Amino acid sequence: MTIQFTLNHKKVSAEISPDTVLYDLVRSLGCASVKCGCETSNCGLCTVFLDDVPVLSCSVLAARADGRCVTTLEGLQQEAAEFGAFIADQGAEQCGFCNPGFIMNALALFRQNPDPGEDEIKEYLAGNLCRCSGYEGQLRGIQNFLAWKKQKEVAQ
Amino acid sequence: MKTVNQSVRKKDAMQLVTGQPVYLDDIAPKDCLTVKLLRSPHANAIIQSIDTSRAMLVPGMEAVFTWQDVDQNGRRYTQAGQTYPEPSPYDRLVLDRHVRFVGDVVAILAGKDEKTVEKAMKLIKVEYEVLEPVLDFRTAKDNPVLVHPENNWESLCPVGADNKRNLCAHEETGSGDVDAVLQGCDVVIDRVYHTKACQQAMMETFRTYCSIDAYGRLNVLSSTQIVFHCRRILANALHIPKSMIRVSKPRIGGGFGAKQTSVCEVYPAFVTWMTKKPSKLIFTRRESMTASTPRHEMEMHVRLGADKNGIVKAIDLYTLSNTGAYGEHGPTTVGLSGHKSIPLYGKAEAFRFTYDVVYTNHMSAGAYRGYGATQGLFAVESAVNELAAKLNIDPIALRLRNIVKEGEVMPAYYNQLNTSCALDRCIENVKRRIDWDNKYPMRVLPNGKIRSVGMGMAMQGSGITSVDVGSAALKINDDGFYTLRIGAADMGTGCDTILAQIAAEVLECPLENITVLAADTDSSPYDSGSYASSTTYVTGKAVEMCAKQLIEKLCEQAAQMLGVHADTLQFAGDRVETADGQKSVSLTEIAVAGQCGANTALEAAVTHSSELSPPPFMVGAAELEIDPETGETQVIDFVSAVDCGTPVNPNLARVQAEGGILQGIGMALTENVTYNAKGEPIESSLMQYKIPTRADIGHIRVEFESSYEESGPFGAKSIGEVVINTPLPAIADAVANATGHRFYELPITPEQIAMACLHRDAK
Repeated sequence: MTIQFTLNHKKVSAEISPDTVLYDLVRSLGCASVKCGCETSNCGLCTVFLDDVPVLSCSVLAARADGRCVTTLEGLQQEAAEFGAFIADQGAEQCGFCNPGFIMNALALFRQNPDPGEDEIKEYLAGNLCRCSGYEGQLRGIQNFLAWKKQKEVAQ
Repeated sequence: MKTVNQSVRKKDAMQLVTGQPVYLDDIAPKDCLTVKLLRSPHANAIIQSIDTSRAMLVPGMEAVFTWQDVDQNGRRYTQAGQTYPEPSPYDRLVLDRHVRFVGDVVAILAGKDEKTVEKAMKLIKVEYEVLEPVLDFRTAKDNPVLVHPENNWESLCPVGADNKRNLCAHEETGSGDVDAVLQGCDVVIDRVYHTKACQQAMMETFRTYCSIDAYGRLNVLSSTQIVFHCRRILANALHIPKSMIRVSKPRIGGGFGAKQTSVCEVYPAFVTWMTKKPSKLIFTRRESMTASTPRHEMEMHVRLGADKNGIVKAIDLYTLSNTGAYGEHGPTTVGLSGHKSIPLYGKAEAFRFTYDVVYTNHMSAGAYRGYGATQGLFAVESAVNELAAKLNIDPIALRLRNIVKEGEVMPAYYNQLNTSCALDRCIENVKRRIDWDNKYPMRVLPNGKIRSVGMGMAMQGSGITSVDVGSAALKINDDGFYTLRIGAADMGTGCDTILAQIAAEVLECPLENITVLAADTDSSPYDSGSYASSTTYVTGKAVEMCAKQLIEKLCEQAAQMLGVHADTLQFAGDRVETADGQKSVSLTEIAVAGQCGANTALEAAVTHSSELSPPPFMVGAAELEIDPETGETQVIDFVSAVDCGTPVNPNLARVQAEGGILQGIGMALTENVTYNAKGEPIESSLMQYKIPTRADIGHIRVEFESSYEESGPFGAKSIGEVVINTPLPAIADAVANATGHRFYELPITPEQIAMACLHRDAK
């Protein structure tokens, strides 16, 4: 079957099987930032936006993307670099393999809740596993980023 | 110091956070063969017949290989990444007619894509002669059922192995008369501790891509910590010359020791060598959980004697280790259970350390951060905590009376001198920061929940003494920037960056002026690889020495250009000048001169091995909140202090510590690999195998109490492994302080804690 959707702000059409999952589709279309860590919807590595809502692309049929907007980190490079720099400043990116999914979901959190508290951050991102960092450096990075953003907004 | 001891960003950080295609599956060509493995459903069986004819009829199938394609009498090999001759026995064939665990490889399939291969796999017919398995490691030694009955089993090193007894290793060491000293002790803690197999669970599973290059050689791109060992492992497995193999690595999505074993490389290598076509194998998470290389399950019998003041007089440790179906890292992990726990107690007059490592029909164990020290420290530190409780002495006060000091000889640590040690400061630091005196041992909150604390100490090594080799090669390029080539593997830890920091410090240049190339068996200088906490201390020293050598060469070149003697010159980073500053030549001019009409290579290479393995030390304390009704337990605060010598990059060292601590917390509370009665592993996904999420933990707080290690680069020791060890005894003691019940087996689950609370209330 053929589907048409918007991938990272560009209209694309793709030939898929009914059982193709979104993860395989976006990777085949060159979105290598999207990673697979578990196959059981536990790790959050494959997080993408479907119409601006974060979903686990390993558990979404590609057919569901028909007529909709899919965004991966490839389509959010500026935001990724801006926020990611604060993770990098903690050394908390470590192996980096979980970063794209984690950063996608963190960006979704910031859009939904521009001023999340520590517990809200932990709850929202609980599905994004990281085996390297112990999460503390990621938390410091998030908090520093939010403080920086707040300061920037005040200055404006 | 300008660059060392600075928290600079990792050189690859921005590429990683923006999701650039730098990992194996991002860069492997899409049109290569897909490799999958048919695995045994039986824990111990002989393949009677295997019919692949229908599988090969599936359109797009390239090949199916079975034991019939491998000489069953050929030399066996090990997948352990260790320096030759490996202590791990040569007990594997790429495909073996005798399969030894549920998940052992029965056939290798290669086809055009995943669907094709999966369809073909279902069409393979195998008949097995099912044998009785050995599933309880306590019954393995001298069991009539042999895991490795074959005659071409081979042990290269004198580690006490005997396949006809299911023994992978055995040793007895000691000093002094342990039995006599124990007899004279006022109190003896005599306990048996049990730690389970645990998965490294790095986010990127095992994966390898292979192709044949322009010279007809096998090119292997793999997510590995050990490119050079991997080359030897592949040569041994495929029985081809090492000269025909090149191994390199892209960015690695985590290792933690898992990728110190060549778990998956041999299979696509076999396919590509046989078919001459490119192929890749990506392990599923299920495979990474059930047919991989987890931590060795160990049972440790501790007899720890002390006088009534709590001075530890003798430690007698017997460790039984379960290496599973193959002996990867079996003979070596076990040694750390004693050699990196007993030496913490500097006043002991005698010790004995005995061990057996046995084969069973579980998946093969392997290397996991901590490498046996984790298990041994849980046992010994738990025994010391129980000793403190029995004598009614504060466990921190008891530690301060006992700990090994700088300048002391450590008999149980190969008689090495304790050259740098801030363990005493680590203890005081943790005591203060967790507010120990107000929190020990426990208090009940108004809502009925219990808060309790517990602590533990740890040490590790910094590389393997006189075995591990680190190398560095540096050259200058036009514009005066440097290329640093290393064989160590950055698996996310940041070693490319910290090694560049060391080079930049010596070469007095900005970090951006050092580019790093790693790791490739064709172009990197030999390095045993990134494991055993060796990279900062061993390879880091090689980088420091190499940079100094390169400076000499740059000065010689400058001397020619300036028409003066080299010994009148000094290196000043961006230039070389005479001591009086009168004459100078810029680094760029030197570099350009090295490219035009030059007769000298402006490069240096240094190989380094250390006769010492100075231990990093650590103290950790856990504060738990326990709901006595449900047993729900959360580490709300974990406070630690680490002595890793000079932290070359404090940010990266801190994140190492935080990450390692959380892995240790997982091992203490949730992580467990278990098997059913047929020998099938139960925890086959991250749904069943629970690694901690960020919601499971309060805070992890790390500080450094640095000693200065003279033999390390700028005073540095190691950090990577020591950090996983302290949560285990600290949490177990905190649980005991809360519930009054001591647990001797990990993980300690909410059910067990709830039952312990119930029992306590019933009393």
